[in-house]
Order: sequence, then structure tokens, then C-alpha cells
Amino acid sequence: MMSFDPYGNPTYFVLLFIALLPLMIGLLYGRRSHWYESLISFVFLMLTFGGIKWRTGIALIIYLIYQITLVWLYSRYRQRPDSPNKGWIFVVSVILAIIPLAIVKITPAVHHGASSIIGFLGISYLTFKVVQMIMETRDGTIKEFHPVLFGQFLLFFPTISSGPIDRYRRFVKDYESVPTREKYLELVEKGVRYIFIGFFYKFILAYIFGTVMLPTVEHAALQAHGISWALVGVMYTYSMDLFFDFAGYSLFAVGVSYLMGIETPMNFNQPFKSKNIKDFWNRWHMTLSFWFRDFIYMRLVFFMMKHKIFKSRITTANVAYVINMLIMGFWHGETWYYIVYGLFHGLAMVVNDAWLRFKKKNQAQIPHNKFTEYFAIFLTFNVVCFSFLIFSGFLNQLWFGARP
Amino acid sequence: MDETQSTVLSILQDLTGEDVSSNMDTNLFDEGILDSMGSVQLLLELQNQLGIEVPVSEFERSEWDTPAKIVAKVESMQ
Repeated sequence: MMSFDPYGNPTYFVLLFIALLPLMIGLLYGRRSHWYESLISFVFLMLTFGGIKWRTGIALIIYLIYQITLVWLYSRYRQRPDSPNKGWIFVVSVILAIIPLAIVKITPAVHHGASSIIGFLGISYLTFKVVQMIMETRDGTIKEFHPVLFGQFLLFFPTISSGPIDRYRRFVKDYESVPTREKYLELVEKGVRYIFIGFFYKFILAYIFGTVMLPTVEHAALQAHGISWALVGVMYTYSMDLFFDFAGYSLFAVGVSYLMGIETPMNFNQPFKSKNIKDFWNRWHMTLSFWFRDFIYMRLVFFMMKHKIFKSRITTANVAYVINMLIMGFWHGETWYYIVYGLFHGLAMVVNDAWLRFKKKNQAQIPHNKFTEYFAIFLTFNVVCFSFLIFSGFLNQLWFGARP
Repeated sequence: MDETQSTVLSILQDLTGEDVSSNMDTNLFDEGILDSMGSVQLLLELQNQLGIEVPVSEFERSEWDTPAKIVAKVESMQ
């Protein structure tokens, strides 16, 4: 049987287009067939998780049964008319939801890089969706549990492998309605444009930076040992590769969603134009950073303020930044460079906020003009690229001779 | 100005140090007046001063990004 990485090669796109055509004609005439959508989802999931990767397919099925049961049980508990809404039951539910992902992330660290048998492509992204479901059920913003809708939300195939991370309530609204013809044509136009920009990003720019240039500069940097100009080259080349590869992929996922009449949120908004680190996280991998903002940072701050853990609001915000970003580092994987990357961004947020406070206080003395704006963008860009150098793991190879 | 509106505006002034009453439609997030931290404080103050419980997952930024929207939101919840 054929087996593909999502959006990995031209054949995938041809098959995708053929499969989407009847669905698109349907939407154009105001009809949405959930039956047909499920069928093509099934086919594309088979292409991703079947064939030689059948073991990951089994892992996915078991994972789904586990998580749907978990959310169903928690939801039943919360829907009881006299639900006590105990904090510990909520915490235990979240921990149970995260356990499979934690096992998958920790296994390579303790077993010399071996991957866990319960892992599959996209497990992190599905876990985000499950955790958000439990949190919103706790808050009472999600009041009913529909196992089928929840399953459709988790398995929405255009975004299953690497996001963008949608929100359940938003997804269901699109999934259960049909856009007007005018609106749908607009979506198709945007979707097709995104897919073509995606081709340019992923198959041309990311190819040039990642496949053509990166091995050369990495080789030079390894020859030079320690700090070298070639290492600076690695930093910028890797950063460009990372952006164009991931932004390209995200554009495919968003574009294909649009063709299906689902407005999956965008993941990038010109991140290299950010004027500070806070601004950067509002533009880079947005669905991830907004997820962290809404489900970790804000909840953490809420909890700490309500229980008056720290006297000062500045301390509260700072502690929450560092914890938030550290969790993100751990989420990327249990290696020193992902964790340092998280810590680096946590501290960068702390410094950023301190500067913003200082600037507000001394507005009169601090110049503000086109030059300072460009300087801010330049500085932010370099701080970000440096963080990506940490993230890349190349330093691990350079300093400790570890194979990538 | 009704009571809810003046309470909301005074909470915002306490939190941000800025009087926003003359710019009811200014985008508080784009202008850097409010951030996630400020949003949480706002929710806590609404709870303390007006007795309105807003869970964090109800806080959809685009629905709370101007003083006018916040006032409307609070009034709809009273």
C-alpha cells in the first residue's frame, strides 16, 4: 500500500485535489456531506498511518479510544446536575490526558533515542486538543460532549500531523454549517493562494536553505570548531529553513482546510517583522503560543493572583512567563537544547516586559523614530535567530560531538 | 455614564494607569495597554467588584479588545 508524509510530494497533492473536488462542488451548491468528508479523511489517514507505518496507525486508534473515553468520563462528571467540580479530579484528568505524550517524549531520552511504540505522527497536536477540551469542560464553556464531533475535531486530517491547533467550539461551528457561495468562493480563492505560497516556501525556499545551504555551512562550522563565522551562517540559514518549512506546511494545512469550508486559524504572521519578543510570539507559531497563553499562562496567573502567591504582579507575571516557556521547551523534547530554548524565551519575555515598563515610565526621554523601530526589529530578529540556533541542536553536535 | 461603565473604566484605569474613557473604541491589545496579565487582573477585578464570574476560557480576545466591547460584555453578563 502507498504511504505518504502529509504534503510530502506532488502525488499527495494530486490525490488530495481529486478527493476534494466532489466536496468542493458540494459546498459550492450549499451542501456539506459529512459522510463523504469522513470517507476522504479515512483514506488520507490510511495513507499517513497505514502501509509500512501500520503500527503507528494502531497506536493512533488506541490513543483515540483512550482519550475519547477520558473526556467522556470527565464530561459526564461535570454534566451531573450537582457536579462538585473538584480541582483534583480536573488535575488528574489533565495528567491522564498528558501521560501518553509524556511517555512518547521521555522514551528517547532514557532509551538512547529509541522511539516509543505508542507514538505516532501528530500525537503532540492531538494532546493539545484533548487538554483544551478538558479545560473548557471544567470551565463550563463546553457543555455537551459529542464523541463523534470530538473525534472529527481530533482527526481533521489536513491539520493532524503538525497543526495549526484549532479550537473545538470554533471548529464545530464551521463543521456544522455550510458557508454561503460568496463566502466559500472567497475561501477557495484564499485557500488556493495559500497552497501556492506554501509550494514556494516549502519546496523552493526551504529547499534552498535547508537542503542546499545548511549542510555546507554546518560542515564549515564543524571544521572551524567553537565560535566561527560559519556558525553565524548556520544560525541564519537554519532560522530561514525552519520558518519557510513550517510556514509552508502551515499554509498547506490552512489552505486545504479552507477548501473544505473550515477556517483553520493561521499559524504565522510575518514573524521576522516583530518589534519585540512579545510581538514575536503573537506572530510565530501562533496557534501554539495562543494555546500556551490561554491554557497555561493565563490560568497560571489567575491561580497565582487568586491565591495571592506573590505580592507583586510583576513577580507573578515573570514566574508565569518562565514556567510557561519551560513547559513549551519540555514539550519540544527532553534534550538540554529544547529546555534551554524554553528558558531563554521565558527570560526574554521577562526582560521584554521590564523594558516596556521602563519605556513607559521614561517616555519623555527615550527617543522614538523610524530608526529606533528598525533597530528594534533588527534586535528582535537576532535574538530570535540565536534562540533557533539553540533549538536546532547544532550546538550539541558542535560541542559534544553528538550525532543529530 | 451608567454605573457598570464607570466601574469598568475605573478598573481599567487602575490596571493600566491610563484613562481610556475618551477612547472607547481603541484596541487595548494592539496599543499595548492590556496584555494577558492585564486580562487576568481584569477578570479578577470584575469578579471582586461586580460579582461577575468569567472563566478564562470565555475570554476570547477579539470580544474584549476595546473598552466599549468590555462594557458591553460585562453588561450582557449582569
